[in-house]
Amino acid sequence: MPMDWIYALVGGVLIGVSVSIMLIWNGRVTGISGIINGALANLEGDRSWRFAFIGGLVLGGLTLNLINPSFFAGGLNSPDWTVVVAGLLVGFGTIMGSGCTSGHGVCGISRFSTRSLMATVTFMLAGILAVYLFRTMGVLSW
Amino acid sequence: MVKVKTSVVSLIVGFLFALGLGLSGMTQPAKVVGFLDLFGNWDPSLMFVMIGAIGVHAVTYWMTRHRTSPLLAEKWHVPTKRDLTPALMIGALMFGVGWGLAGYCPGPAVTSLASFEARPAIFVVSMLVGMFLFRMLDKKLQLNR
Repeated sequence: MPMDWIYALVGGVLIGVSVSIMLIWNGRVTGISGIINGALANLEGDRSWRFAFIGGLVLGGLTLNLINPSFFAGGLNSPDWTVVVAGLLVGFGTIMGSGCTSGHGVCGISRFSTRSLMATVTFMLAGILAVYLFRTMGVLSW
Repeated sequence: MVKVKTSVVSLIVGFLFALGLGLSGMTQPAKVVGFLDLFGNWDPSLMFVMIGAIGVHAVTYWMTRHRTSPLLAEKWHVPTKRDLTPALMIGALMFGVGWGLAGYCPGPAVTSLASFEARPAIFVVSMLVGMFLFRMLDKKLQLNR
């Protein structure tokens, strides 16, 4: 649907603006997996900005929920265990691979980082293949 | 004072980022999985999230690159590592499989906690466990990431 494309583009621009603010003021990459991991692992001295960012995400989510709960529609019909396995893979994989969709896909590609480009191509292809395989196996349905 | 300002900026960034995710459809797992379902009923609309985000950020990044420091810190914290390591590729592969299986990547999952539904919470807890497990493993292996 053409409207979906426009919403996606506007949302993307908003994401682009937000990561730009993070860079210009704080000099940091908005890599969500890294921010979360650093908040938990206490890698550097000051973690308050990490918790503030995570708080901002949830606050944004609450605002979305208030405006229209259907922002969170589209749940999958797959069994619960798939969510657990997926979460484990995403947590383990993003820290091993130094980033996720935000850090590699948005921030890294904008810097023309080869590492981020390679990581993004890899996780996109892996995602495409996983959806194909799990859907064919009947594990994934929506 | 700088610490407080840095946190306020981070809060605003997180807030705007979450709105962008919601608006774009990234917080709807079926939409994400539909985007990855290239061999099925492919929904390409989420490609425009990347186009919009990179379009804006590439401009702001290359505009600020020449500056010696950001506004609220003495130095840049932008990654400088350049080598392609096995850990980078294997990690990205694992992440991709998990992303396809549940339709959540880290940002949308945390944002979706605000829906008060069980699945995002199950996903986030599992993700934190996954991160913890990697940190434990890495303490032993000291991987070149």
